[in-house]
Amino acid sequence: MRRGPGVLGWAVLALGLAFLYLPMALVVIYSFNAGRLVTVWSGFSLRWYGELFRDEALLASVLISFEVALLAASLATLLGVCAGLGLARRARLPARGLFTSAVYAPLVTPDILLGFSLLLLFISLGLPRGFATIVIAHATASIGYVAVVVRARLMQVDPALEEAAQDLGASPLKAFLTVVLPVIAPAVIAGWLLAFSLSLDDLVIASFTAGPGATTLPMRLYSQVRLGVNPEVNAVFSLMMLAVTLAAAAYAIILRQSARGPRTGA
Amino acid sequence: MKRGGVERSAWLAYAWLAVFFLAPFALVLKLSLSHTTLGIPPYAPRLDLSQGLASVVALVRDLNFDAYGRFVSDRLYVDAYLSSLGYAGVATALLIAIGYPMALAMARAPRGAQPFLVAAVIAPFWTSFLLRIYAWTAILKPEGWLNLALRSLGLPEVQLLNTDAAIYLGLVYAYLPFMVLPLYAVLERQDQGLLEAAADLGATPWRAFWTVTFPMSLPGVAAGALLCLIPMTGEFIVPDLLGGSQTLMIGKVIWSEFFQNRDWPAAAAAAAALTATLVLPILLHQRLQARTLSR
Repeated sequence: MRRGPGVLGWAVLALGLAFLYLPMALVVIYSFNAGRLVTVWSGFSLRWYGELFRDEALLASVLISFEVALLAASLATLLGVCAGLGLARRARLPARGLFTSAVYAPLVTPDILLGFSLLLLFISLGLPRGFATIVIAHATASIGYVAVVVRARLMQVDPALEEAAQDLGASPLKAFLTVVLPVIAPAVIAGWLLAFSLSLDDLVIASFTAGPGATTLPMRLYSQVRLGVNPEVNAVFSLMMLAVTLAAAAYAIILRQSARGPRTGA
Repeated sequence: MKRGGVERSAWLAYAWLAVFFLAPFALVLKLSLSHTTLGIPPYAPRLDLSQGLASVVALVRDLNFDAYGRFVSDRLYVDAYLSSLGYAGVATALLIAIGYPMALAMARAPRGAQPFLVAAVIAPFWTSFLLRIYAWTAILKPEGWLNLALRSLGLPEVQLLNTDAAIYLGLVYAYLPFMVLPLYAVLERQDQGLLEAAADLGATPWRAFWTVTFPMSLPGVAAGALLCLIPMTGEFIVPDLLGGSQTLMIGKVIWSEFFQNRDWPAAAAAAAALTATLVLPILLHQRLQARTLSR
């Protein structure tokens, strides 16, 4: 017989979730506030959304953030799959312990350390700071996340599948791409989404590695937030929540479709 | 074993991480060392009294006040580091106290509800960290929502923004998913039969929890604590937006040394202090891995 969470358990859960969601809900609600005062309700209005779409600097930073996130996530996914393969299959590498640490350590390394140390590297290499350096920095920060997700999925793949493909004459690369990759695809997509959202969200690493002309959305928002509560920021936040909700729904649909389709054949 | 060959692509990731993760760390350590050599005050001030007053003037002129200032500021980094560890440690304890009951309730919820509960806990992580902390400034500020609510209830108002309490609140709020998920992962796998056995042997539910459930969930507690403790030690956004000017956290020190004071060696020295936090978990992880391999 399974024990349920009990009344107390449900109460704890409800309180915990309320704690997580109440602050966000307040911001979303007040993004529709007509007045400039953030905590005084003065009627429903879409005024701040309108202001948002006239704020050229903000829109430019949104574009930059999306471009950076797209490239950084793709780069991190490519490298993360490689790293995940190395972890799952115990690839023969010099100083394996160092490799494992280098993959996992960025998961817990404070952003400020990643950002500052990369800045020193870019300067000593003579790389001008800007768009490319943010992409490199974000990709580096996300490799570990992709690798962890991909490794977990790889451990569940039956090695016989790949061996069979190779016995039938496929090269190791072809066997991987046609047999293993489709099986681990949900993990690869999840890793990409994780890297994408980490890049989109990052303030600290980008602040250290960005140069003039490459201001990301969080950097822009930070400079506004520093000046105090701002109704336009509320509107940005609400749009972000909407985007995240849509992305989560899309991912759930992809997962369900890939679980349903009997594509493995007869 | 004939399969594979593709795992050799790990070289690519290895090379990338060597250049963009390991090498930068070496640079931080190098720069911070050059900082400390700069910071060493002159060993023996030479005072030659036979030269009369001129020698005293020369000595005073040679005294390296800059170096002395650096010596004092080194002390500041150690203090900032220890104080950050303190903040992160208290917040971790709070996270365990809040996250454990949540994870336990999730693990015991009906099977069908569990994926939704997990999604509900993860979802905030996908939204902007900066803006979630910003939401708290709107709640905690003097004319914020909290005080509006307290006033309408006829209760005395509180001043929380720019206090340590606000920092703990922000840290717990931001890192709660990182604590709940590892705890849920171990609790969800636990065999409920063990609790029945404990009950059959006469243990009260309370005693069964402390002798069976909790000890078996310690790996999850450790994982959650590491996932929260280390990033929280280097946290910048929370102390910057919610903390007061007297808040001493190393992430904020690095930021201001770099962006406001433009003192790179100083920022490097502070960063080097922060790397110390990373050493312990890496050693721990490698030990754990060695143990699972030998099994």
